[in-house]
This record gives sequence, structure tokens and C-alpha cells, in this order.
Amino acid sequence: MSEDITTPETTPSTQATVTPPATRNSARLMRSGVGRNLGLVVALVVLCIVGVITAGDTFATGANVLTILRLAAVIGVVSVGMTFVITGGGIDLSVGAMVALASVWATTLATQQLAADFHWIFMVTTALVVGAACGLVNGLLVAYGKIVPFIATLAMLAAARGLAEIISDRKTQIITVNSFVDFFGGSLLGVPVLVWIFLLVAAAGWVVLNRTTFGRRTFAVGGNAEAARLAGIKVQRHTVALYVLAGLCCGIAAVMLMARTTTGSSTHGQLYELDAIAAVVIGGTLLSGGRGTIVGTVIGVLIFTTLNNVFTLNNLSISAQSVAKGAIIVVAVLLQQRLARSSNT
Amino acid sequence: MNMPGSDLLTMTGIVKEFPGVRALDGVDLDVRAGEVHCLLGQNGAGKSTLIRVLTGAHQPDAGTIRLNDEPVQLNSPTAAIERGIAAIYQELDLVPELTVAENIFLGNEPSRFGFSRAHEATTKAREILAGLGHAEIPTHRTVGSLPAAGQQVVSMARALSRDARLIVMDEPSAVLDPEEVSNLFRVIRGLTERGVAVVYISHRLEEIRQIGNRVTVLKDGATVATGLDARDTPTRELIRLMTGRSIEYVFPPRNEIPTTAPVILEVINLSRPGEFAGIEFSVRAGEIVGLAGLVGSGRSEVLETVYGARRPATGFVKVDGVALRPGRVQAAVKAGIGLAPEERKSQALLLDEAVYKNITVSTLGRFASAGFLNNHAEREAAAKLTRTLDVRPVGVDQPVRNLSGGNQQKVVLARWLLRDCRVLLLDEPTRGVDVGARSEIYTLIRTLAANGVAIVLVSSEVEEVLGLSDRVVVLREGRSVHTGPAQAIDEHQVLDLVMEGSAV
Repeated sequence: MSEDITTPETTPSTQATVTPPATRNSARLMRSGVGRNLGLVVALVVLCIVGVITAGDTFATGANVLTILRLAAVIGVVSVGMTFVITGGGIDLSVGAMVALASVWATTLATQQLAADFHWIFMVTTALVVGAACGLVNGLLVAYGKIVPFIATLAMLAAARGLAEIISDRKTQIITVNSFVDFFGGSLLGVPVLVWIFLLVAAAGWVVLNRTTFGRRTFAVGGNAEAARLAGIKVQRHTVALYVLAGLCCGIAAVMLMARTTTGSSTHGQLYELDAIAAVVIGGTLLSGGRGTIVGTVIGVLIFTTLNNVFTLNNLSISAQSVAKGAIIVVAVLLQQRLARSSNT
Repeated sequence: MNMPGSDLLTMTGIVKEFPGVRALDGVDLDVRAGEVHCLLGQNGAGKSTLIRVLTGAHQPDAGTIRLNDEPVQLNSPTAAIERGIAAIYQELDLVPELTVAENIFLGNEPSRFGFSRAHEATTKAREILAGLGHAEIPTHRTVGSLPAAGQQVVSMARALSRDARLIVMDEPSAVLDPEEVSNLFRVIRGLTERGVAVVYISHRLEEIRQIGNRVTVLKDGATVATGLDARDTPTRELIRLMTGRSIEYVFPPRNEIPTTAPVILEVINLSRPGEFAGIEFSVRAGEIVGLAGLVGSGRSEVLETVYGARRPATGFVKVDGVALRPGRVQAAVKAGIGLAPEERKSQALLLDEAVYKNITVSTLGRFASAGFLNNHAEREAAAKLTRTLDVRPVGVDQPVRNLSGGNQQKVVLARWLLRDCRVLLLDEPTRGVDVGARSEIYTLIRTLAANGVAIVLVSSEVEEVLGLSDRVVVLREGRSVHTGPAQAIDEHQVLDLVMEGSAV
């Protein structure tokens, strides 16, 4: 402090001593996840307020909150996987198709028989393996085949859904394994198992992205692949791992969708790729890679699901929902670009 | 068109500043209609910046530009094109998928009521190409399928289609073989006969003597001589003008390298077709070996091949006597080789990431247990290094983007210091580093060597290579033309070697 302040009790000096830590705190806040996601949180809160005003008695109930979370869970898990791929500089258009294929494969008569005879874990394993295998193919095509991610995963989108149709003969496969439906359709501590899975996947995703070498390398590969390569990172192998991770998330999402609908179907996961990309992007993950946030993605998913819920409760059409969704995407991205520009200068 | 011999362009007192660097500090240039005016200067002398000012890509901070005795403002590349100034860069600005005719009239297509008149374009394109003496180039071929020389002609045809009165050519011969160069000269002579002025930039003195009329020499962002006769000015005089620096860098004293010091890096018969051939050298612990040569002499390519980022056609690299698997960055890094690449921003740094993350990116395993990173330990280690290297501003959490060039370079060096490198490959370590920070980087490099690291240094500044290295390898067109102690050769001799290829 400057020497001309002689009386420590005067208000100016107390202000002067208080201000620096305060600005430092706010700066740290802005850099931390909470600060960066503040806009999103505000948007979600506004949406909730609209919900309470327009459909107060039905919106603000515990049951409705759980409904929103249950609906958000499946696309949420897919979006966590998508966050990794996009942060690593790629994109995955095949997530919806992978969910469909995994759900069909895990509900074939043979798999269900195996599950009924032994344990439902066989259905889960099948879904996870199918998802991861599709992701592996995506990753190999992108990393070693040098096919741009958009095209490689577009091909997977077509092929996986086609394969799902062939396996299921375009028929919806009803799940008859009661233990499976009971477990995943049930609740734990009053919260649906599906929501628990979503929370676990999101938490694990956050830890991996922010606290592990794998996460750090993901940022490096997505931010500057050439620099990452010259720094000694195995860029190709890492890229494969990212797509496998996305595929694995689709496998988990397939299990959740099977539990929610008690079916496996080649029509599951329709347009999930667009919903997931939208949630990831409004969450603040850079589509060009190098910057990604799981918290943002989760809030992004919640915003879209809450929007759906509010519109449904007010008996508004799905078409009106789509228009609102489009508007939200544009506004969110415009705001982000403003913020990015102001923080760079 | 102007009368040949009359003053076409006069630039006086051009000043251009970038943050921390005064790239141009009072440049004068006058070009007459119908002449080939050569621009000569070492790397970093300001040639590229001057061209960007002339073609409207940069706005000068001071100085005047007069065209035909009228002061002009070149606010944008479009403004320059409208005034008849065109440039042909080394990386040609053509669209490879479009045809020759489409490229020539790109942005200026003959049309009526919005419909393009392809036939008219073809006819006109043919006329222009014939005028350039290259009627054999088919106007319907895609530009991408033409050889480099053909693409250059198309680029010139485009300039002419816009009635260019002044064409800047930035090292046009760099991508051409000798046969094509004589073709290029024929085209240039045809242009000047029509009163077009050409500003010609080349490092090859023999070309300047063949095609040039007058020479302007730049050094440290200022004109040191202008209007020299291109044919009769002695080579010695030109080199003296280009070197004789006004700023003297202080180089740290060399270490004594004991004859018992082990050889760490051995490069044996390394070749890549079209880039370099038969490159051999070795570096002992504590030694700095400098590779000198022009852009395109294969310096950076050699370095990247040693690092495994390019796969050699022949030869191999040994570290501590053990041959590395060729073409594998992983193998090189594992053996203890580190690279500070030429393009710091695109090849080394994660600009938006924090300083500490940039430093630890090659040593993440060391800060992790079971894959989980210990951020605290990472920051500690990075903070210790940034203190030692005096990286400013202090703070390992700020994005690297906020640092100056010199401090960014220190971050790259810190990355490899953390890894305890045995071999460090430095490609243009002081590019974009301002004068003050240079000597710091020099001292740092020397200290590293003193600690037993084997260092290979590439720089386009001859003074830097000679001042910093213990031994130098001079490259010309992908071949080593001289190897010897740095103190036994001077800047003039090196420039002689790289520019003329004559024996010392």
C-alpha cells in the first residue's frame, strides 16, 4: 500500500486492502469451470423460472425433476463421449446408429436367452462390446486410414443402422429378461438407476478429462495435433482411444435406453448425433478441438431436456420445440464467440 | 504503359512496427518502368515486410509511397491490385482444382449479365499466355496438374490480365530447375520490354547478375545501398553491405570440449530424395553443431528427419551408439532427443493452454500415478524452471499466447529441460525473438551445452550459427559443402559458400 494512507481505520484504506483479493478471486472464478459456465447456469435457471410460471403446479414437483433427469440421462451419456471426441479435434456422427446397433445386438433372442439363463450382465456386456467395437472401427479409419472424421463416422452411421435393421429384421425386440428391466428400471435412494448411471459417467468423464494424462493429451491433440506429435504424444493411438470411448458411451446409452423402453430397436437413437453435438457445443466445447468441458455439456443436455419438458407441459408442439432449440443454439454460440473474443484481447 | 526508364514507384522512409520489433526502419526503394530491380538482404532484413507493405497487406506506420509521382495509400491487397501492383509468392495463390483460364481470371471473370463467358476467358487466356511465350500451356487443364514452373507462368498471366505495371517476385527460382529458370528469365525479359517493372528477390547472386538491372540492399530493416549496378557491383561489396551489422549480438564464450567427451549423436549418410543427400555429422556431449544454409537448402528437413518426424530414404541416426528406428518421433524422444521446431506456434505450442501444461506435455507420465495427474507437482516443476529461465511475465497459469516470442521459446526449451534431454535440436531458436531476449537465449543454449547436452542448431542468420556453434556444417541445395570449426570460417566465406557454391 502507498505510504500516504496513515490512518488504517479510514474507509478508503480498507477498501484498498480488500479490493486486490476480491479481483483475484473473481479472476480465478472466471477461469474456473463455474465462471465459464455461468451463462449456461443462468439460461437453465431462466428456463426453470419460465417453467414454474407457465406450468407451476406440474413443473416444480420432485417427480417432474426426476422425469427430466431420466430423459436427460441417455443423451447425457452419449454427449459425454462426444465431448471427448470433439475436444480431441474430431466429431462422431455415428453415435445414434451405434446406440441402435448395440440395443439390437444386446436384445437378440440368443443374448436374451443367455441373460435369462445366467445373468443380465451378458446383455450389458454385449452392448458395451458392440459400441466399443464400432468406435474402434471409427478410430482406426480416422487415425490410420486418414479419412476425415465427418466422413468416416458418416459411413458408420449408415452401416451400423443398416446392420441393426438386418439383425432385427426391422422388428422391435421386446426384452423379456425381467431381472434386467427390474435392475435398470428401478431406483436407488429414491433416484432412478438411469440417473445414477448418468451422474457416474459424467463424474468419471470430468475426472478423466481434467485430472489424468489421458485428458491432458486429449486437449493437446485437439488443440494442436502437430505440436502434440512433435512433443512425443502418440497422436494416432490416442485418437483411436477417443472414438472407442465414444462408442463405449453409446453402449452404455443403449443399455439405458433398453431399460427405459424395454425394447431393442434399429430405430433407437434417431438424431442423437445432432442432439449430442448441440449440447456439447452450447456447453462451451470448441468444435475445432482443444477446449472442452464436461460440466458445460451436462448443463447443455439439461437445458435441452428442460426445454422439451416445459414445452410438453404447456402442450406446445414438437415443431415449436425445434424452433426454440435452433434459436438457443445460435444465441449460445454467438455469446460464446463474443466471450472468446473479449478474453483474447 | 509507362515509358521505360521513368520512375514508376518511389517508397521513402517506410517504417513498420510490430509489437516489440521494428521490422522496417526507414526503407527507401525506387523502381523504374521496364527494369528488373533486385532486392537483396539476409533473412530478417525486412524484405518480406517491405513486400507486404507494397502489396497492401501491411500498412506502414510512416513513410510515403508514390506511384507515377502521385502519393498513394495502399489500404488493402485489392487497392494494390487496382493500382497495378501484383505479387508472385513462393507459395502460389492459385486454386489447384480450377483450370488455367479460370485461375487467370479469378475474381475478374469476363461475364455478361452475370453469366460467365467461358469462351471469351479461354481466348483471352490463350492470348496472354502466348504473350508470355508459353502458348503451349493448355487453358483447360487444372492448375494443380501443372508443374511448378507452369503454375508460376499462370500466376504471372493473372497479374497481366489485371494490367499489372509492377510485379513483385519473391524467390521465384526456388522451386524451379535450371532449365525452367532460363524460361522464367525469358518471360521476365518479355515483361520488361513491355514496360512492366519487376521487383526480383533472390538469394542467388548469379541470377541477380543475369537478370537484374539495379540492386537495393536491405539490412536490419533499413536501406543500406540503392541503385547499385546488378552486373558490375563486386560480390564482396554486396556481401559486405548485407552483413556489416549495426547491432552486435554478444555470444557467450565457448566451453572447452575435452577430446574424451563421448559422441552422443551420430547422423550417418542421411538422404531424402528432393530434399537432401548424404548428410553426415556427429555431435559430442557439450558441443554445439550449427547447420548453415539458405531457405530450401534442406536445413530444417535434416533436423526433422533426425527427430523422426520425416522418414529418411537412406541412412540412420544413432544416439549413444544405438541406431534409432527411422521415421519414429517416439523412438527419438525415448532416446532423449528434443526438438524446438522452426514454427513455434504451429509446431510446438498449445497457445491457449497454460504455461505449465505446455512445459509438462512431454513428461506427463512423471507427474501421474495410475494416470491421475498431480497438478500441484506439475505447477511446482514448471514454476522452478520458469524462474531459472526467467520467463516473463511470471505465472505458470497464464496461456502461452500472452508471452512474447522470446519467452515462448523459453517455454519450449523448458519442456525439454524437464525431460533431461541428451540431444537438443534447435530450429531457428531466435526467430521472432526481439534483440534484447536474444542474448538470453544464447546464454541459455550455451549453458545447456555446458551441462553435457549435444546441440544441433539451425539458423538462417549466419552470424548466429558462427557465433554460437563450436562446429559448422554448411549446406547448399541439400548437400554438405563444408564442415569445420566455427572459428575457422567467417560470415563472408559462409555466404560465399551458400550463395555461389564456390570454394573458400
